[in-house]
Amino acid sequence: MIGMSVAAQPASLRQQGDRATKIEVEHLNFFYGRFQALKDVNLAIRERQITALIGPSGCGKSTFLRAINRMNDIIEGARTEGHVRLDGEDIYDPAVDVVALRRRVGMVFQRPNPFPMSVFENVAYGPRIHGLAGGSDLEDLVEESLKRAALWDEVKDKLRDSAFALSGGQQQRLCIGRVLAVDPEVVLMDEPCSALDPLSTLRIEELMHELQQKYTIVIVTHNMQQAARVSQETGFFLHGELIEFGPSTTIFTDPTDKRTEDYVTGRFG
Amino acid sequence: MSALQVGESGLRHLRRKAANGMMWVVAVLCVLAAILPLGLVLYYVIAQGASGINLDFFTKLPKPVGEPGGGMANAIVGSLILVGLASLVGLPIGILGGIYLAEFGNNRFAWTVRFFADVLNGVPSIVVGIFIWAMVVVPTHRLSGLAGGAALGVMMIPTVMRTTEELVRLVPLSLREASLSLGATHWRTVFRVVLVAAKGGVVTGILLAVSRIAGEAAPLLLTAGSTSFWSTRIDQPMPSLPVQIFTYAIQPYDDWHRQAWAAALALVSLVFVLSVAARYATRGRFRMVR
Repeated sequence: MIGMSVAAQPASLRQQGDRATKIEVEHLNFFYGRFQALKDVNLAIRERQITALIGPSGCGKSTFLRAINRMNDIIEGARTEGHVRLDGEDIYDPAVDVVALRRRVGMVFQRPNPFPMSVFENVAYGPRIHGLAGGSDLEDLVEESLKRAALWDEVKDKLRDSAFALSGGQQQRLCIGRVLAVDPEVVLMDEPCSALDPLSTLRIEELMHELQQKYTIVIVTHNMQQAARVSQETGFFLHGELIEFGPSTTIFTDPTDKRTEDYVTGRFG
Repeated sequence: MSALQVGESGLRHLRRKAANGMMWVVAVLCVLAAILPLGLVLYYVIAQGASGINLDFFTKLPKPVGEPGGGMANAIVGSLILVGLASLVGLPIGILGGIYLAEFGNNRFAWTVRFFADVLNGVPSIVVGIFIWAMVVVPTHRLSGLAGGAALGVMMIPTVMRTTEELVRLVPLSLREASLSLGATHWRTVFRVVLVAAKGGVVTGILLAVSRIAGEAAPLLLTAGSTSFWSTRIDQPMPSLPVQIFTYAIQPYDDWHRQAWAAALALVSLVFVLSVAARYATRGRFRMVR
């Protein structure tokens, strides 16, 4: 498959093919005050596939994820060094507009965090900020986003109800729909299933599988089975360092580094 | 006989039980003593005021001494205008100030503001009245509704500011992050998400402040003054229920006393109605933080 143009392949084959790099991370260091949470991380994330980040608690994987859409900016006393390039453009360049960046790189959080508004208003929030649509266009956009988030059929009769009336799994899909509504290119997911029951988890995983056709997805997870199930590539973090990165099948069956092997076989973490 | 029942320790046990019972009785008595005045106040206001409440009370102007009847329509309207003016001054400053303290309040300046807000909260209302008298009444050479509204507004600021700050702080970080990660700016996040989430509590703070100032007579004596006539111009002296109660209560006429009681009942009811209405209007279907 190497040497073959990606675009020339039929869609069904693309999944296995080598994809272009969407996000390139170079010598990324991150500090909370004096504590260094990320140490010289280098990594290339490919477009339109799922990249999983695993590692024990406090290993820096969430910090790394939040570095990709500059959510770490809001933490006082935090400092970032190095480069994160989105389509070749350094997102830490002072000229970069964080608002525009976050529109392109959306985020789904650990716990479902819908706004205290109706289901409709939750999804319409993003498009409204960016002036993407109004009136009936906005209604169409909300419907389209909820359909992509596999939630439309369940909520189409309760669009005006409070988002808190939905179940946890529905709320998390609502949060995914809310992100999709601003038409991002990358979706970052920070342990999106850790607060959900197994059935809801399964639905989210199916949804991710759908979404990777169109979006670049980076997921942080504590659940190695999940990482193995959904992702094409996996990175293993330990103590702020990226220990190993490669195809998920390799990481989970034949890792190079002893520490990766110990972790994925459940010897620690 | 087990060790738990031997003589001396049995006596101690009784003493402990007695002490326990005593403390319970004392605590209950203190609670009753605290509730009693409140209950009596309500009882007296209703018992004495109810007879003076009729249609005339709400629709007529006060009559001169000796003439029976008349009402307090001007004072009721005046009180509403004064509370409205005070809200125009106090709410924006209080709410925006509270947001500032909660969102950007990790510095020396914010610490100072907080300190002075707490001090202002404890300043006697008559002192606020004197302050506005010196700042507004003296330069304009007249008592006015505007001065009264300003005095009450100044009194609202610390309460509204501090409760807004506390409630904005209670909104979970995850909600702010959700908004910011969608590309919203800090200010949009605060106004469209954080304030919406904190709405219920902020309204409670506003109601507390409004209830407090609606019953103030002291600062109004020096600022809004009083009149027995219609006064809807805010550059003229403006009557209000508390000042009217004061004026009527210190006179030796029985029918004025009755009017004063009725005015007291009207004032209590006004605050009650305002509270219920505001609660109803902002009842959050989506409320998260109380």
